[in-house]
Amino acid sequence: MRFSFASLLRNAFSAHTGWPEQWRSPEPKAAYDVIIVGAGGHGLATAYYLAAEHGITNVAVVERGWLGGGNTGRNTTIIRSNYLWEESEALYDHALDLWQDLSQVLNYNVMYSPRGVMMLAHTVHDVQVSKRHVHANRLAGIQNEWLSPEEAKAFCPPLNISRDIRYPVMGAALQRKGGVARHDAVAWGYARAASALGVDIIQNCEVTAIRRGPDGAVTGIETTKGPIGAKKIGVVAAGHTSVVMGMAGLRMPLESYPLQALVSEPLKPVFPCVVMSNTIHAYISQSDKGDLVIGAGTDQYVSYSQTGGLHITTHTLDAICELFPMFRRVRMLRNWGGIVDVTPDRSPILAKTPVKGLFVNCGWGTGGFKATPGSGHVFAHTIARDEPHPKNAPFTLERFRDGRLIDEAAAAAVAH
Amino acid sequence: MLLITCPICGPRPEIEFRNMGEAHIARPTPEGTSDDDMAAFLYLRSNPKGLIAERWRHVHGCARFFNAVRHTVTDKFVTVYEVGAPKPDLAALAADLAADLAAREAGR
Ligand SMILES: Cc1cc2nc3c(=O)[nH]c(=O)nc-3n(C[C@H](O)[C@H](O)[C@H](O)COP(=O)(O)OP(=O)(O)OC[C@H]3O[C@@H](n4cnc5c(N)ncnc54)[C@H](O)[C@@H]3O)c2cc1C
Ligand SMILES: [Zn+2]
Repeated sequence: MRFSFASLLRNAFSAHTGWPEQWRSPEPKAAYDVIIVGAGGHGLATAYYLAAEHGITNVAVVERGWLGGGNTGRNTTIIRSNYLWEESEALYDHALDLWQDLSQVLNYNVMYSPRGVMMLAHTVHDVQVSKRHVHANRLAGIQNEWLSPEEAKAFCPPLNISRDIRYPVMGAALQRKGGVARHDAVAWGYARAASALGVDIIQNCEVTAIRRGPDGAVTGIETTKGPIGAKKIGVVAAGHTSVVMGMAGLRMPLESYPLQALVSEPLKPVFPCVVMSNTIHAYISQSDKGDLVIGAGTDQYVSYSQTGGLHITTHTLDAICELFPMFRRVRMLRNWGGIVDVTPDRSPILAKTPVKGLFVNCGWGTGGFKATPGSGHVFAHTIARDEPHPKNAPFTLERFRDGRLIDEAAAAAVAH
Repeated sequence: MLLITCPICGPRPEIEFRNMGEAHIARPTPEGTSDDDMAAFLYLRSNPKGLIAERWRHVHGCARFFNAVRHTVTDKFVTVYEVGAPKPDLAALAADLAADLAAREAGR
């Protein structure tokens, strides 16, 4: 079934009772060419591009919960590509390119909205770091521009630019192409498109072990629905990557932390863009439903609790209320946490591993939603060809041994 | 916010403390250590879903370092102990916890 004006009209006349299921829910087969562990956006996108671009359709995506129920469905959906290093610029900008027509490609409205992402600078250090980013980005042909406080306020009128607040706005970096998308729709759109190409999406099925042959190569997985054979396995399990890779005896350069977000009651359109402040851990935009979507920081300790300390969100709301005084009276409706997998250099790992047939896509930490299409695209290439795509070639596991870190951490400890 | 028991000052709110990551990762001497072992020391972590032995520092109190065992799903502390003390047997502690839980379930 394709979505079109005609199909919308037809279903409107039958009171929208005629829409079919958007993806199949099959029982697992005995074996697949490729198994993807984790049906978040990245895993589903990988499966879709394996089928659509590499003709590999005998693929299963195995998910312990429901698809999109991990960080994909919990994130604040900020999309941008103005990272510091050339390797990151290339990877994130590849994703930004794919976002442009993703709704058309998937025939599913992912509500990509390039409304501009503005990153505030509050200290002299912030100003220097932000300008360094702007200059590095312009050299690499990546859109990013520097705004004075007055220009920042013109772009986002609710912003408080008075000089006497705790963290005054000293300027901002703006990427106009940046924006947001509907997180659930991204997972659903990729799931639907992958399923239509023959990919089996198996939900409520936890991977509990990785099977290996006498030569050490992977031969399959064990799950709560029984064993499933596989020639290749791609682990895309975000916060649980260390747990899954441990099943193959690998220790990872990762630590998992709770990261929180919250949404307010719905308001009329008041907030035109996305505003981020890495210094005071406040990230805000307004969804099409009208609620303010607010991102906070991580807890300081390793945890799989999927909640997070309330003092973290309180701190973020302090900052939001000072930067946008008109939001002081707004009520918050819901708060939740996701478990993010953080690497030492705050850059992802998309690579082959020392175990034959085992591939890993992880370490997106606090900021991987924006990369979903690009990540799936280059990871599918890596699995299909047994070698990385040029854009993810630097994002290996070995970079930690070789000292070739892609150090986005120096720029911002949290990088939504 | 966690309530954390500093071995010197007693129970205090989490914001007085700084988490210093996984405990018992010994620094190798650079001479004669392979790149792989050096990378493992610097970057590879257990990141367990379950019991973790970790370092804390009571920065806004006595400023002392200490170690603790905590469960990373419930965030509950199981024990705190001094820096330099041997690593507790995490598997045995986990078995104790499981037995405790089973006993409580049975009592219900
Ligand atoms: C509060 C919050 C705000 C964020 N804000 C932003 C933002 O504004 N912009 C941005 O770019 N990024 C943001 N991020 C980060 C972003 O959400 C993630 O980087 C991205 O969604 C990761 O996608 P994924 O598909 O890899 O992971 P997930 O969506 O988490 O998918 C991994 C899946 O693996 C499954 N899994 C785990 N273990 C197993 C197992 N043993 N067997 C089977 N399945 C398993 C999980 O259930 C899960 O569904 C945010 C994250 C959070 C938590
Ligand atoms: Zn103390």
